[in-house]
Amino acid sequence: MNVILHFFNNLSIKNINELENYSSNMIAIIDYGMGNVGSVTNAVNALGYEVIIPKTKNDFHDASHIILPGVGAFAEGMKNLQKLGFIEILNYEVIQNHKPFLGLCMGMQLLAESGDEGGTTTGLSWIKGCVKKLSVDEKQFKIPHVGWNDIVPRDNSILFKNVTSPIFYFVHSYHFLVEEKSSIAAESEYGKKFVAAIEKNNIFGLQFHTEKSQREGLKVLGNFLLTSN
Amino acid sequence: MLKIRLIPTLLLKNGRMVKPKKFGADGERDVGYPTTTARIYNSQDADELIFLDITASTEGRNFLINTLYEVSKDCFVPLTAGGGIQTIDDIQNLLKVGADKISINTAAVQNPKLISEASQKFGSQCIVVSIDVKETSPGHYEVFTERGKNPTGIDVISWTKKVTELGAGEILLTSIDREGTMQGYDLNLIKIVSQAVSIPVIANGGAGTRQHFVDAIKLSKASAVAASSVFHFSDSNLTQVKSFIFNSGISIRPI
Repeated sequence: MNVILHFFNNLSIKNINELENYSSNMIAIIDYGMGNVGSVTNAVNALGYEVIIPKTKNDFHDASHIILPGVGAFAEGMKNLQKLGFIEILNYEVIQNHKPFLGLCMGMQLLAESGDEGGTTTGLSWIKGCVKKLSVDEKQFKIPHVGWNDIVPRDNSILFKNVTSPIFYFVHSYHFLVEEKSSIAAESEYGKKFVAAIEKNNIFGLQFHTEKSQREGLKVLGNFLLTSN
Repeated sequence: MLKIRLIPTLLLKNGRMVKPKKFGADGERDVGYPTTTARIYNSQDADELIFLDITASTEGRNFLINTLYEVSKDCFVPLTAGGGIQTIDDIQNLLKVGADKISINTAAVQNPKLISEASQKFGSQCIVVSIDVKETSPGHYEVFTERGKNPTGIDVISWTKKVTELGAGEILLTSIDREGTMQGYDLNLIKIVSQAVSIPVIANGGAGTRQHFVDAIKLSKASAVAASSVFHFSDSNLTQVKSFIFNSGISIRPI
């Protein structure tokens, strides 16, 4: 950076600031009152990246990657994103600008066309399908599905590259019924099969908490952060 | 296949970590500093960690907050925090510094609405209702609050059903009679509670040998097994216990 600053020594401060913004590898983690932002920030920091919690359109623009964490109910999540004016920004950055995006847990579910939790609500609609309650025999399979479970990644998945022990930490009562089968990157099983991961161009999603899944979890997060648009 | 979780519990008191016996009725021992121990448990592949502030004072809470803040920076497993939680703000403050789940005990009995409010705000997955139980007469289990000091007259089954309806995501079930004794879990208690509710039950109190864990899982159908004395005072560490559980034919995350 010193060399670059030296090179641009004669330019105005404003331009140097702009240069820093565009060349940074800053990861945006969206705080919309629904996520474990702290945990995700710790995991991203542990991998050696800096984090920005975006407040404005420019903050999103400055980031190289966008992560949408999420715990809580679908309806509330969409309402909060809407209130902050983030839906339009996300559509611009992710769909038009092709910026790498990762949705975690409910953050993945919000990619759907609709979700049932907290009353049927329209989602971001980036991936065809809807989010429904896990329908399993509750005598045998307790709800929420809590704990470490195996997943089966598809061949050539980007997220699961070099993952040798694909066991991750899940906590959820709802799951994403994905219509576009080609977007499914991994499946898991709890009473019946469900979608554990999504990959579609620059859009990624994980039903499990990769930020809480120890070494293998950090590997998956690291794989996402290595993608570029 | 969903794995059984092995969860060490860390009890915090006045800036230290302690291990009481029967909730302090039979004394307690100082067992070191929690952040160091948490990192060791993390390196031994604990599936989660539970931190409980047993002083429940403001001073204790600050220590709990500092501990979580430190631990969450390099331990990437779910962290549960509890002890003296009374308000939505208490929960929010702990979540901010790195807790993933919050355990509520006495306040849940005093104000059951806290369970529904908290689970609506933070999601059921975040709210663990901790239930301390004593067998007051053979086969009758009563819920106690305030670190086992206060009998509530409430039967454990009716209480577990109620907290489930109110939106609890998990139950941390502790036998006061067994806690710290290392004589084994109260298998009957765990079994009747696990059968009564649809949410996961974490068995706690009494683990002293590797076989005790297996018994709680196989005979009593616990979703997770928690312990602390066995890791402090026996020659079993987490890695050994995990291997033993795995070799008993139980699905657990390998080391």
